Amino acid sequence: MYNPAGSALEDGTAVLQPVLDVRNLTVTYRTDKGPLDIVRNVSLQVAPGEIYGLVGESGSGKTTLARAVVRYLAANGSLTADTLKLGDTDLLTLSRAEMRKVWGSRITMVHQDPGAAVNPSIPVGEQIAEVARVHLHLSPGEARKKALEMLGLVRMPDPESVARRYAHQLSGGMLQRVLIATAMATNPELMIMDEPTTALDVTTEAVILDLLNELMTDYNTAILYITHNLGVVARICSRIGVMYAGEIMEEGPVKKVFRSRLHPYTRGLLGSVPRVDASKKDVHLKAITGQIPRPEELPEGCIFSPRCELAEGDCLIARPPLVQADGDHYTACRRWQELLHLKEKEQHEGPVRGAYDSAKGPLVLEAREIKKHFRSSGGLSSLFSRESGPIKAVDDMSVRLRGGFTMGIVGESGCGKTTFARCLAGLEEATSGEIALEGVTLPYSVNRRKQSDLKKIQMVFQNPDASLNPQHQAGVSVARPLILLGGMNRSEVRSRVRELFRAVNLPEDYIYRLPHELSGGEKQRVAIARAFAADPILMLCDEPISALDVSVQASLINLLAELQEKNETAYLFISHDLAAVRHISDWIAVVYLGRLWEVGSADDVFVPPYHPYTEALLSAIPVPDPEVSQEQIRLRGSVPSAVNIPSGCRFHTRCPRKIGPICEEKEPPWQESGFHHKICCHIPLPRLKEMQGKGCFFNSSAEGEEC
Amino acid sequence: MALYLLRRLGFIFLTLLLASIIIFSITQFLPGDVAQMVLGQFATEVAIENLREELGLNLPLHIQYLNWAAGFITGDWGDSLVSRMPVQPMVMQRLGNSAMLAGVAIMIYVPLGIALGVIAALKRDRYPDQAITAVSMAFVGLPEFVTGLLLIAIFAIGLGWLPANSSIDPGSNFVQAFPYLILPAITVSLTGLGYIARMTRSGTIDVLDTDYIRAAELKGLPAAQVLLRHVLRNALLPTVTVVAMGIGWLLGGLIVTETVFGYPGLGRLLVYGIQRRDLPLIQAGSMIVVAVYSLSNLAADIIYGLLNPRIRLGR
Repeated sequence: MYNPAGSALEDGTAVLQPVLDVRNLTVTYRTDKGPLDIVRNVSLQVAPGEIYGLVGESGSGKTTLARAVVRYLAANGSLTADTLKLGDTDLLTLSRAEMRKVWGSRITMVHQDPGAAVNPSIPVGEQIAEVARVHLHLSPGEARKKALEMLGLVRMPDPESVARRYAHQLSGGMLQRVLIATAMATNPELMIMDEPTTALDVTTEAVILDLLNELMTDYNTAILYITHNLGVVARICSRIGVMYAGEIMEEGPVKKVFRSRLHPYTRGLLGSVPRVDASKKDVHLKAITGQIPRPEELPEGCIFSPRCELAEGDCLIARPPLVQADGDHYTACRRWQELLHLKEKEQHEGPVRGAYDSAKGPLVLEAREIKKHFRSSGGLSSLFSRESGPIKAVDDMSVRLRGGFTMGIVGESGCGKTTFARCLAGLEEATSGEIALEGVTLPYSVNRRKQSDLKKIQMVFQNPDASLNPQHQAGVSVARPLILLGGMNRSEVRSRVRELFRAVNLPEDYIYRLPHELSGGEKQRVAIARAFAADPILMLCDEPISALDVSVQASLINLLAELQEKNETAYLFISHDLAAVRHISDWIAVVYLGRLWEVGSADDVFVPPYHPYTEALLSAIPVPDPEVSQEQIRLRGSVPSAVNIPSGCRFHTRCPRKIGPICEEKEPPWQESGFHHKICCHIPLPRLKEMQGKGCFFNSSAEGEEC
Repeated sequence: MALYLLRRLGFIFLTLLLASIIIFSITQFLPGDVAQMVLGQFATEVAIENLREELGLNLPLHIQYLNWAAGFITGDWGDSLVSRMPVQPMVMQRLGNSAMLAGVAIMIYVPLGIALGVIAALKRDRYPDQAITAVSMAFVGLPEFVTGLLLIAIFAIGLGWLPANSSIDPGSNFVQAFPYLILPAITVSLTGLGYIARMTRSGTIDVLDTDYIRAAELKGLPAAQVLLRHVLRNALLPTVTVVAMGIGWLLGGLIVTETVFGYPGLGRLLVYGIQRRDLPLIQAGSMIVVAVYSLSNLAADIIYGLLNPRIRLGR
């Protein structure tokens, strides 16, 4: 078997002794279907101070590989490897007790969901200190001091008070810093980070990634960084391994891999990520068809061949080995030399209308001054709570939307995006304001709306597992709105369901499947089919693609765009993924603390002048191109509580461009900046534009691609 | 905080009010005439009528209820129809006896149940778990008179270590009563053990499966430290609620066990009252049981809140 990592050493390209040396690692699980190899013949090396990015879709075996490296597999899992070494230590020969001494001291881990990875009933400082006591043999007093020191190191504001707090009192970003502080406390040789920023807001993610970059210059810790986000890899990793169905498909320095993309899978992943500099008018996203094969049904030849456009004769017969393409760049594609010359073809769509034709479509939605205030609940927790007063989730938001257009709503989690959509749908009763659909004012509650109005507004939710009835066949879920709202007879319903399944590109026999027999993307297609069954004029999409893999995201974005073309539906598209919003939206509204701060066409919102909050969101987007440099505008802290909203401009507590006391005292005015482009800020727009220069994205390479 | 407590106490008051109405109405529908029952079969019409008058039984029902409720609140719980003694000291003394038995039982079955539950969770789906589950559920299912008689047969009659009869003197203190408490407490414990063990098992399994326990293990902490500090602190929260709610059952619901051992607890007093149609006794005793249930429920919630930083400290 060809060994890329080994030959890298022989070439002298990696002169340092690697911290982690894995060769031909295979992980096998005993299952009902017999033994299954979840990870096969993976070799990788991580050098001191290096951040190695391991990417791939869910189910590609990334996390299993990480667990195998620390020999922490489930009881039915076992591993074989030629080499599994941490520095000079052969991890394969260590007992469980000896591994415990390695865990937390020489190899540390940072887990995906910081909220779940911190013990809820032990103060966070103590959770750092216990590591110092066990591994560094410090006294309780010294360990406490060490914990404070580590919290300071990860730039935690006010470490003393944070150390005494519990997990639920800290934000996701702060908890992730606590976990990083814990992981760094013993100055480990290797830190394994498993999707450490996936559960965080894009702004928080940016801060954490900056922190990692900073820490890595002072420490020599090697990092194995697992993620599905190619943008994150581009921002912080030096090397990348692309994993697919348990094997590494391409490996090399980040810049080389992103530039030459010597495996069709890498090309597919990169092609399916929406770009911040292009929208549906410019590019059609290239989704990878099909899905990752199950470990028990791997194809004979190249494991990617069933989904590969380039697969030909030999690809289907023998599994191609990982070969050296160019120095330290390896690929498992037989046809990589052809790929070198095969320029990515970008499909251009026909003329799709943009925001500028907006006068043409009929006005569908007009929401004026919507407010939604929640009373804090009177449950057991009120026995101990001090906070009172209403939670102002949505506090005066107005939106107008015409048929056939998409308005993207962006903002950090907790800013009121979802509550706003639920108010429009009537699932949440607005406190005040006016919701008009095609000029007719609707009651706040869904219960008091007319059937004919219910039909017109449909919603697609984030998690199709929760929004589809697990007992109902997919076809039944789609038929429900036809029967309830459409008043059709049986045969009409049947043919319409078939039509809808075709429209969302699902085979007809899927009509009879139960949700658990469908993949995440397929379930979301069923949910979309159900929403379109009522023939709505307004679709509320609440993070419809966030829970899915990038390749699946791309096909759903394309599907939504196609359906909109055909049906002239208006979309309200809520997402925290600004690139996706940019891609699909004609208009974008930026929300913070229950209010809009900037509204404009997608093109306008992404170039200066923009609101300082928009600026911070944009500069935080991880762009999947290592050659793009971004301005570093970072927000401090987290979104303030919606109970105690800051005075004046609500954003002043975190605004990087705050100009003075006026921001704290006076509500900022709306300023017009062009074609229906409005910004709510005290800074005069010409000055804002001057400050923001040429924008958040600029290409550092010579060509200087305009963004 | 004060507001919350007031509200909860208000609800308890409402519960008691509702319970009092139900209890009062049901005692009215019991068959037979109270005065007849008190005076016996051969009493004269006149004597019965006089007694009815004396007891206020001829007044309209709602007046009777109000009289009784007012008396209950002011501490005048009436006299027993049978013994002609004030009901209050009788009930309170029995409540004290029940509390002694409950205390001993809790000391036995709570620690034991937690230990078994944790072992079952750690050895989940393997032999020790199955054994613990099977045995503890068997005792939950077995009636107390079976386990009680079994214990008497072994430890009192067979081995002669402990008294078979627990009918202690009314005024005994805890030390005097202790030898008589052991067998009934064990009987009760065997019934309660299963619930605690099951609750602890499922709580522990849930916690063992969390990310933060995986994280604690991968921090390289010693296994015992992971279990005692990281797992149990979170896993025992639901158990606390079950224990506190069990107090109501221990104080008022041990009729069978008390009968088997002849132990003078509150439960047996109630049965005695029902057999004799001793209305004031039934009413007062039932009210106390309802009050104990309500208060131990409140205590369960408060203890849970205190132990859970998410609730204690809020956001």
